Amino acid sequence: MSVGMSLLAILEDGPSYGLQLKNDFEQRTGGIWPLNVGQVYTTLQRLQRDGLVEAESSNAAESQKIYGITDQGRQRLSDWFREPAADGPPAREGLVLKLVMVTRRNRDDAVGVIQTERRGAVQLLQEYTRLKRETPSDGDLGWLFLLDSLIFTTEARVRWLDSCESRIAASGDTAPQRRPVEPATHAFEHEEVPS
Amino acid sequence: MTLTLELRGVTRVHGSGHTQVDALVNANLSVEPGALVAVMGPSGSGKTTLLSLAGGLEKPTSGEVIVDGTQLGQLSVGHLAALRRRSIGYVFQQFNLIEGLTAVENVSIPLELDGVNRRDASVAAMASLELLGLGSLAKRFPDELSGGEQQRVAIARAVVGERTLLLADEPTGALDTVTGESVLRLMRDHCERGGAGVLVTHDARLAAWADQVVFLRDGRIVDQTESPKGPEELLDRVVM
Repeated sequence: MSVGMSLLAILEDGPSYGLQLKNDFEQRTGGIWPLNVGQVYTTLQRLQRDGLVEAESSNAAESQKIYGITDQGRQRLSDWFREPAADGPPAREGLVLKLVMVTRRNRDDAVGVIQTERRGAVQLLQEYTRLKRETPSDGDLGWLFLLDSLIFTTEARVRWLDSCESRIAASGDTAPQRRPVEPATHAFEHEEVPS
Repeated sequence: MTLTLELRGVTRVHGSGHTQVDALVNANLSVEPGALVAVMGPSGSGKTTLLSLAGGLEKPTSGEVIVDGTQLGQLSVGHLAALRRRSIGYVFQQFNLIEGLTAVENVSIPLELDGVNRRDASVAAMASLELLGLGSLAKRFPDELSGGEQQRVAIARAVVGERTLLLADEPTGALDTVTGESVLRLMRDHCERGGAGVLVTHDARLAAWADQVVFLRDGRIVDQTESPKGPEELLDRVVM
């Protein structure tokens, strides 16, 4: 959904080809989220089906089509900017699953996993920070927003790992507790486990 | 190459018997010229003890602290104080500027204390402020400066003259994100000009400005980051 809305935002500046939209998207996001051109065309077809964009030459090959935003598309884009993006529970994360599972093994294994994951997260933070250092503080605001988002998200992961470590220290157990767990009834249970 | 700072098997014990606290245990740390190293850990992990030992403010129970090739343990009290004034600068969360003095007077104080005459000290202080892009603040008093400006003046004071080693204890704790970044940029600038820095913090976002991050837990260095990766590897690893 957000890729579609981003393409609409780019098209607000004027009509464009699919390949040019891909390049503009990657330029605005600093190449952090590469798109393949097939994904761009699939998204454009969906936007066209929903009446949000129109192709100026509908019979041409995909690569020859110029797309423009419709009035309905402009309205949808305005709605996207106005509405909060947080519209549901967070996706289930592989790292969270790993920690949940390792607590059932011995305490040293859990501490080791936390240490390794924290080192990895801090190294990732160093790399994002280096990209920010290379950007002047009055540089491209969108790029700085994106880097800040990656930095704050990764920092949150480190803080969560610190918290897990503190809980292990506070528990003082040398062996994990294996107590029966009630079936989950909270909001995340409908989610599928990522592969 | 002479390391700017080296800790060799440094242990610091407070108290004795049943009240004994091992504040730092067998710490080894090397900081090369040009490097900024972050020491990251929760409250009570030994960060501030490590920084105090590195700056010669505390003596280790065992082990050696070496600054610019000089073993601090072999210096007399007077020589240690002189080395601290000439080679080491400190930055704390509280800016610690003297209220009745202008920015340039605050920056010149360490040099005057070291026997430099007032005129030369003032010239060097002005040079330090200008090097950090703070020349326009020189005549202002601390209460005429924002928190970020005060901390940047504190950094100018910490690196004035020939000082090479910058030691910082949670230097952006009282600042907002963007202002804190401007302080960290100054610390990095100092290192890129050939100085070196040690930054202690509980905050991963702050630690990430360093070339290397060392993790401290219960007085022990338990882990550290690897050398920085190139941009291609970064993009390979970002799967969103």
